[in-house]
Amino acid sequence: MEYFIQQLINGLTLGSIYGLIAIGYTMVYGIIGMINFAHGDIFMLGGFAGLIVYLLIMTVFGGAPIAVALLCMLVVAMVVTSLWNWSIERVAYRPLRGSFRLAPLITAIGVSIALSNFIQVSQGPRNKPIPQMVNSVYTIEGISVSLKQILIVIITVVLLASFWYIVEKTPLGRAQRATEQDRKMAALLGIDVDRTISITFVMGAALAAVAGTMFLMYYGVIVFTDGFVPGVKAFTAAVLGGIGSLPGAVIGGLLIGLIESLWSAYFTIAYKDVATFAILAFVLIFKPSGLLGRPEVEKV
Amino acid sequence: MATVTNPSAASTGSLTAKALREATFTAVMTFLMFALFIGLKTDQNMRNELILVPRWGMLAILVVIAFVGRFAMVAWLQPWRTASKAAKSAAPTVDEDAGFVKRNFSKLAILALVLYPPIILWIFGVQGSLKYIDNFGIQILIYVMLAWGLNIVVGLAGLLDLGYVAFYAVGAYSYALLSINFGFSFWILLPLAGILSAFWGIILGFPVLRLKGDYLAIVTLAFGEIIRLVLINWQDVTKGTFGISGIPKITLFGIPFDASPNGFAKMFHLAPSSAYYKVFLFYLILLLCLLTAFVTIRLRRLPIGRAWEALREDEIACRSLGINTVTTKLTAFAIGAMFGGFAGSFFAARQGFVSPESFVFLESAVILSMVVLGGMGSLTGIAIAAIAMVGGTELLREMDFLKHVFGPDFTPELYRMLIFGLAMVFMMLVRPRGFVGTREPTAFLFERKAVSGAFTKEGHG
Repeated sequence: MEYFIQQLINGLTLGSIYGLIAIGYTMVYGIIGMINFAHGDIFMLGGFAGLIVYLLIMTVFGGAPIAVALLCMLVVAMVVTSLWNWSIERVAYRPLRGSFRLAPLITAIGVSIALSNFIQVSQGPRNKPIPQMVNSVYTIEGISVSLKQILIVIITVVLLASFWYIVEKTPLGRAQRATEQDRKMAALLGIDVDRTISITFVMGAALAAVAGTMFLMYYGVIVFTDGFVPGVKAFTAAVLGGIGSLPGAVIGGLLIGLIESLWSAYFTIAYKDVATFAILAFVLIFKPSGLLGRPEVEKV
Repeated sequence: MATVTNPSAASTGSLTAKALREATFTAVMTFLMFALFIGLKTDQNMRNELILVPRWGMLAILVVIAFVGRFAMVAWLQPWRTASKAAKSAAPTVDEDAGFVKRNFSKLAILALVLYPPIILWIFGVQGSLKYIDNFGIQILIYVMLAWGLNIVVGLAGLLDLGYVAFYAVGAYSYALLSINFGFSFWILLPLAGILSAFWGIILGFPVLRLKGDYLAIVTLAFGEIIRLVLINWQDVTKGTFGISGIPKITLFGIPFDASPNGFAKMFHLAPSSAYYKVFLFYLILLLCLLTAFVTIRLRRLPIGRAWEALREDEIACRSLGINTVTTKLTAFAIGAMFGGFAGSFFAARQGFVSPESFVFLESAVILSMVVLGGMGSLTGIAIAAIAMVGGTELLREMDFLKHVFGPDFTPELYRMLIFGLAMVFMMLVRPRGFVGTREPTAFLFERKAVSGAFTKEGHG
């Protein structure tokens, strides 16, 4: 039982990270119907931004209180990664809007290849380990919860609450939802569609950057190939929750995290990625609208 | 506005101002984006700790390049492009008669390919030819074959497949395992590998029959990854990441290509060299490519080929006309997979070694981008795309002179995939319809007239 709860906690932490990435996929897919293949690499880029800021703090200031350091890492990573995704959308995706469906997908694959290789070339191909930033562990009745895990869950909850507020309650969120429903109509009603789409990319990238920084903090290591697998898993999460739905992405992320950690704990760690991919295939084949998504209507 | 009377003088001034503004913006963005990643490099010191190495000079160069580039684009390139576009639309379009080269392009290309090995042998000698025949010739032709195989699934039937490399892997491992464990020869295993791959195409195709477009792409990606992960983890059979080595070579009617007394070189009284084997492999893959092209061209005229193209254009209309979409889709998957399997077994025989490393998702993406950049359905375009992409990246390996420009530490190979990714984006932006944007219709009334690629749909099936 203790073992089970322990795995549950690990899964929840992992799931929070996947959930944050999944939101980027789901928002972009919702608004322009494009699978942003490069989103996983945006996540990796965020992790690297966090890493470099951490090293900068260590070398320039000789260290800082953990809270300050973490906050700096998160903020800088969010800003830099958002700029990247904004520019990518502007340069690579916007000119192809309205082109045939495959074009943005192929472009996104190209961006993904370019991003991961850019990091490989500019930062080197090796693993980048950092020392433990936060290492307190609390043990309650045989179940250990590390401060890292608590931090990740808290940051995720706070961010999700604020993003949910933005999407549901502010004029910006209203513009986003309107664009999602009908782009042409939204434009006719005076919504700046291009700007709304740009902001969607920026928001997705900011969340991915947070996920990347927390991934770095949790595992203490990052490498340029780290974008692909978490990216596909987060996409699975988005699909599982129902693509286009924000709460769905979070629930999907948590489910994927739980399934992954429980599968590794009780079955075999070697096939844990197979489990995720199999879930992806099953959901898409049997319930393509996911848990909370709207079913797609086929029009003739 | 005053600009109406004298548009050029006034707009030149405002154009420069606009260009300056945009260039400054681009420079600032570049600085912010690259300050962390180019300006600082993470490196390991003696105690294995990460340290930062500043590279501000490189960052400054990049920012300046961004500024100048953007300025030039806004101030000169864009006005020039609008002007040339206007001139083009004003000029009357002349119906040109296709020249001799254009009319007989495929025949000339095949002739050139057949003559390629002797010419290379003649120019570079027996040993010097290895690199050109192997790296440029065989390597490119394998990709041409894979891209033509995928073209049946994506270009003709309109089923977006991101896991094509799985069938390539099935073919390669079929040959590797069956030839090592049972000692079958390549000529028996080539069709067998194709059949096994086609079988897998049907198995993986069956569950995804209902899916469309992007979703289909993602599920096929998942299947491709599952097959790769199984190859990694099923260590009793596949030896995991170590891969299988010592795969037997192909023989020519029982004549082995080795130094033994009844080997090819001895039999024809030639100096022993691996170049002959490579030349043989070159002709073999060329034959396989031509087979793929021939089958594709003939299939397009059969009812099944017509059904594929109809399916690509409109699935609902297809169903209303009584076309069985299940068998139509499954045959597309199976035939596409079969050619992937042929290419896979050839690949295993040529390398003598297979490991899951060769069948990563990136390969699928590369093959798919060849199909898309080639213009989806146009065999010539796809071949050109494959030559440009594989040949281009192979050429980067050869660019040793860049070392003199950037210093001895500069390794062009490192930049291969970076440039590849950027080129992919660039090509999609410039020619989203691929190199060859037109299609020869299979069915026509009175006159065969190529239609623009823009009139056909993709990825809907």
